[in-house]
Amino acid sequence: MKIGTPKEIFEGEARVAMTPESATQLQKLGHECIIETGAGAKAGFSDADYKAAGVEIAKTAAALWKAADVVAKVRVPDEAEMKRLRADQTLISFFSPVADEAKMQAAAKKGATVIAMEMIPRISRAQKMDALSSMANIAGYRAVIEAGNNFGRFFTGQITAAGKVPPAKVLVVGAGVAGLAAIGTSTSLGAITYAFDVRPEVAEQVESMGAEFVYLDFEEEQQDGSASGGYASVSSPEFREAQLAKFRELAPDMDIVITTALIPNREAPELWTEDMVKSMKPGSVIVDLAAEKGGNCKLTVADEKIVTENGVTIIGYTDFPSRMGAQASSLYATNIRHLMTDLTPEKDGVIVHDMEDDVIRGATIAHAKEVTFPPPPPKVAAIAAAPKKEAPKELTAEEKRAEEVAAFKKQTQTQVGLLAIGGALVLAVGLVAPASFMQHFIVFVLSVFIGFQVIWGVAHSLHTPLMAVTNAISSIIILGALIQIGSSSLLITLLAALSVFMASINIFGGFLVTRRMLAMFQKS
Amino acid sequence: MEFGFTIAAYAVAAVLFILSLGGLSGQESAKRAVWYGIVGMAIAVVATLIGPGQGLGVVSIVLIALGAAVGYQLATKVQMTQMPELVAIMHSLVGLAAVFVGFNADIMINNMSDLFVENGGVLGAVGPDGYTAVGLPKEIYDGLSSFGQLIAKKSNVEINILKVELVLGIWIGAVTFTGSVIAYGKLAGKVDTSASKLPGGHLLNAGAAGLSLLFAVMYLGGSGSWTLVLLTLLALFIGYHLIMGIGGADMPVVVSMLNSYSGWAAAAIGFSLGNDLLIVVGALVGSSGAILSYIMCKAMNRSFVSVILGGFGGPAGEQQAVEGEQVAIEADGVATALNEADSVIIIPGYGMAVAQAQGAVSELVKKLRAKGKNVRFAIHPVAGRLPGHMNVLLAEAKVPYDIVMEMDEINEDFPDTDVAIVIGSNDIVNPAAQDDPNSPIAGMPVLECWKAKQVFVSKRGQGTGYSGIENPLFFKENTRMFYGDAKASLDKLLPMID
Repeated sequence: MKIGTPKEIFEGEARVAMTPESATQLQKLGHECIIETGAGAKAGFSDADYKAAGVEIAKTAAALWKAADVVAKVRVPDEAEMKRLRADQTLISFFSPVADEAKMQAAAKKGATVIAMEMIPRISRAQKMDALSSMANIAGYRAVIEAGNNFGRFFTGQITAAGKVPPAKVLVVGAGVAGLAAIGTSTSLGAITYAFDVRPEVAEQVESMGAEFVYLDFEEEQQDGSASGGYASVSSPEFREAQLAKFRELAPDMDIVITTALIPNREAPELWTEDMVKSMKPGSVIVDLAAEKGGNCKLTVADEKIVTENGVTIIGYTDFPSRMGAQASSLYATNIRHLMTDLTPEKDGVIVHDMEDDVIRGATIAHAKEVTFPPPPPKVAAIAAAPKKEAPKELTAEEKRAEEVAAFKKQTQTQVGLLAIGGALVLAVGLVAPASFMQHFIVFVLSVFIGFQVIWGVAHSLHTPLMAVTNAISSIIILGALIQIGSSSLLITLLAALSVFMASINIFGGFLVTRRMLAMFQKS
Repeated sequence: MEFGFTIAAYAVAAVLFILSLGGLSGQESAKRAVWYGIVGMAIAVVATLIGPGQGLGVVSIVLIALGAAVGYQLATKVQMTQMPELVAIMHSLVGLAAVFVGFNADIMINNMSDLFVENGGVLGAVGPDGYTAVGLPKEIYDGLSSFGQLIAKKSNVEINILKVELVLGIWIGAVTFTGSVIAYGKLAGKVDTSASKLPGGHLLNAGAAGLSLLFAVMYLGGSGSWTLVLLTLLALFIGYHLIMGIGGADMPVVVSMLNSYSGWAAAAIGFSLGNDLLIVVGALVGSSGAILSYIMCKAMNRSFVSVILGGFGGPAGEQQAVEGEQVAIEADGVATALNEADSVIIIPGYGMAVAQAQGAVSELVKKLRAKGKNVRFAIHPVAGRLPGHMNVLLAEAKVPYDIVMEMDEINEDFPDTDVAIVIGSNDIVNPAAQDDPNSPIAGMPVLECWKAKQVFVSKRGQGTGYSGIENPLFFKENTRMFYGDAKASLDKLLPMID
């Protein structure tokens, strides 16, 4: 199959759905690759780079759409592109089945197959194709960088000859993929970072990235994010009140606020109200990653940067991934490549569109002349419901002490018990056995005892040499054979001779191989 | 030379043997300790050769020299990966020698009995005090070998005890012999390594053991040597069948158990010959093997009995289903991760030995360490087919022993580790042992490599390996499967590390 990537038409879009690197991988799957001339220019990939990776260059978009069996692009196709889409062609791109319903219908009518990247289900198997996550990751990173660009001070606290600089305080609202990326970037720049999310189970992740999780004093049974496929859902009015109250308390202290709260298929919730913006210090920065869906702050203007009367900068860009064209392209192209890997199970360049597969089924919105949205719920739960973990009980000093005493008592009991049984057995043997036997028996018992004491001290790493050396010395049985070999009976002599021979193989073999092994153990 | 001198020599030898085992507590002292063992053995053998009652000294020396030649060949030619086989086959020799010596004792008793009858007496008859044995006339007694004299002095009770001891010695020796031969066959790949049993399973073993007991009683009751022969055959069968029923990965336990048995056989023979050195050494070796078996069982969280009876204990319920998929990776991906990593832990298993990959592993470690990375090995007690097998293999490949860690030493370090590489091990890195109470290996201590930032698993294919237990590690998000023969994979990887 021929996979083609046209130049993005959308104004200012720097991303491209195929990189020389991903093209190389796609060719390994048995596909051919074609790209429109100049498609990668804004992301930093020249036509020559593509050519070197074995990609054919198409002179015009029309030629590309004509040649390609599979068209992979970033943005949803515009009207002109929709016209070029033909029957039996597969289109892979961001494609919202709700906002672009008409286009979806049109594509289905034509008989084209459309795979929408935002519909990739959120199951662990599909993470490598989850373009929303990889773009969100970039957005989170870039949000911090943009904030820094508009923030007049350091992130990290410093004590310099010219005076002390306090560290910046950053609040990240919503600890999804973008939020976590923002937290990571912000903490590594040295800012004191706080984070909030309606799903308390992410607190652990937040804390593991070095930020402080903002807890609410709220008694309601908080929602479990796993019920809604890992996304946040709408919260109760009381909860919202408690949340806003907490934000109001934090607002005057924060230098930078990054809001990332989105609920799927809904308007972004308002979390940062006007009065909070007013209470912030001049020079503070708000980055609203939800700007496209109306913004978490009502003052946000999509695609623009504004400064409020009290000097707070509000950034409402919606093209953060595109602002990092090279990085975004390489991640997106890799997402596409992984999707193609799943679509090409035999790695022979033949696409098998398996509608039984959860991931492929979920992402396909038009196939075989039919609209296939919405998909049935996936067979695998998105995220395993978090089992209620019972915190291990902290033992008090007394309980610990009591436990130790109990353990000691138990140990004493077993030891005394074993000794009593062993002693009784030995005594029982002594009652019937003659003294000549008991003389040897005491040697035996003591040797076993010594053996146990000595062997426990042997290093684990020397267990093989130990076996070899015990092997050698257990051939001490040669002594018995040596005593018997001089017998007048031929049979005895014969058997004894054989035993001497075998035992001496063992003695020499055992000791030599032990020496050989031990000589190998070298210290660095 | 006087008898007393021999005993004194034995005492010295016994002390040397104990020191030689005790010296194995550290790598450096071990190099000295092995000499104690050699000297002890030399003293014991020489003292016996020049001691009383020894005949055919020249023949003995020739035989010893022959054995030495064979032993030398074995010890110098053996590959370190074949150590388990060598140890197993050497156990079988001890077992067989014990059987022979035991039979000799029985023949000797019969001969003595005949001798008594010729001289008008009865072997084992007691004098008027009811305790002291009535011996032979002095001139005949003096003509006997030392072992003959020993028997001639014994009372009836003592003779019976002697018989018990030699039955034990022969029985254990015979089990050790066939068991070790089968273990050797399995380790060398000459016998199918999967657990297989004849119809009847353990009932057959139990039946054979019961019959042996019956024959033992009959033999003690004076039914003659044929019972002893039958008993030996039964013991041979038990050894064969018992080990046939144990699978490949349980071999560390089997080999250490056989090690223990060979010791107990020697001790039992020591009792029947009245030789204290044999008893001492037998007891030392026996307890050593027992401890090793115990350590191995503990490392698998299984009882000794369940290992010996073969097979894993049945799962207690539905095992957790494994979600996700195994993600493959190529050498270049592994190389990139290794080049970027600061700390690396390598977990070798039997697969490394099979692929003879220890040299390549050592090469890799050398390269990584040259770049200042912290590279260490994590060794699970049951990794490989012999206790301590991995340590020896790594030592052979010139990996310094101070970066080779035991499980307990290193398990806590995984969360701070960038890359963990699993080479040819499976069950010992299975998180199901901790997470899934219904897993057959639930509760077994495992190396928590999945806590490392990234895990690479070098493995031949997607199968579940010996135990047939699904390994959730392979499906984890931070795990990448590096498929292929371990050595070939590493050879491909090596040039990419810069």
